[in-house]
Amino acid sequence: MAYDLSQEDPTKLAEFQAKIDAEIKIEPKDWMPEGYRQNLIRQISQHAHSEVIGMQPEGNWVSRAPSLRSKKILMAKIQDEGGHGLYLYCAAETLGVTREQYLKWLHEGKAKYASVFNYPSPTWADMGAIGWLVDGAAIVNQVSLQRTSYGPYSRAMVRICMEESFHQRQGYEIMHRMMQGNEAQRKMAQDSLDRWWWPSLMMFGPHDGESAHTSQSMQWKIKRESNDDLRQQFIDKTIPQAELIGLKIPDPNYKFNDITGHYETSDIDWDEFWNVIKGNGPCNKKRLDHHIKAHTDGAWVREAAAAYGVKQKNKLQTA
Amino acid sequence: MDNQGDLWEVFIQPKPGRPFKHAGSLHAYDKSMAMEAARDLYTRRGEGTGLWLVKAEDIVASQPEDAESFFDPADDKVYRHPTFYKMPEGAKHI
Repeated sequence: MAYDLSQEDPTKLAEFQAKIDAEIKIEPKDWMPEGYRQNLIRQISQHAHSEVIGMQPEGNWVSRAPSLRSKKILMAKIQDEGGHGLYLYCAAETLGVTREQYLKWLHEGKAKYASVFNYPSPTWADMGAIGWLVDGAAIVNQVSLQRTSYGPYSRAMVRICMEESFHQRQGYEIMHRMMQGNEAQRKMAQDSLDRWWWPSLMMFGPHDGESAHTSQSMQWKIKRESNDDLRQQFIDKTIPQAELIGLKIPDPNYKFNDITGHYETSDIDWDEFWNVIKGNGPCNKKRLDHHIKAHTDGAWVREAAAAYGVKQKNKLQTA
Repeated sequence: MDNQGDLWEVFIQPKPGRPFKHAGSLHAYDKSMAMEAARDLYTRRGEGTGLWLVKAEDIVASQPEDAESFFDPADDKVYRHPTFYKMPEGAKHI
């Protein structure tokens, strides 16, 4: 989407771009073009929603985790995801949109979240694959976003990156342990990689040429690296990790290019990508329905807490 | 209207003797809820030994658009910096 920058004051716009070019962060009360604000509203809220919706595929396994150790780890990870969502909602709120409004846009289907969470998690190995691959892909993206030009978003990313590396390592540990197990366990791990490999690569979004927001986002340094560059970083890190523990990448055409120093892979099934984004993935409806239900069922808690808050305030005033 | 509570800013002291540093914000309906939420949200990995919570609406902040004129009284007072002063050759520990 191109924003109509001709509406903006050209002097202010030039000063703004000069700040960005000089790597000076933009803070909430600074002047910013409306297009920059809108772009951030979309990206940060989508990021926040992804963290929160991302709790669902893992929540599916809390009650069936195979040991107390793995249950504690899983709960800690899910708690982190909730926390990351909250950091990001707070960053998004500095743009002048309320938390209520962000949730409303999510529930109305006007705001998106990472499509990868629309895939089901039917086996325990999926807890490994999600941590290793989905969090791994998110980390590549988030490390890059630590340098984003908007101060509150950048600070949230720094905090999230510090916490996130445990997520990826615990996932890889699950996969490693399963690959050291019996035939059925190894099969389960491989099956999980087969199902999550492509959705993980899709997490980086469309090719650079097809990405609606990329060029303006890069000029404003909201995004610091392109979708394809980030995807390649992830592929180059992940393939050797898979090979090390005996997993096979589900792509007959992948190979290492000695000259470029990068892995080459088949192209993504873009029809599937767009289909899931449009809402037709295996779990889109389930994920959103669950979020709406949890939010609606929890309304009385917020109402009670708000009433208590008012009561406390009145007490202070009359004391 | 769905009420999500007041906005609070969270400051963490990483260890005794260190200054409190802004960590982020959160929503809460009263002081004790804000304190518990701040602990659970911002100090899950030993990030600090102290927390300050301030309601965002109570913060008085300078205006970015006034920053230049507001802070420029400091610009022409180089004698406030130790490097302004010339020390004699050979002077030590000063």
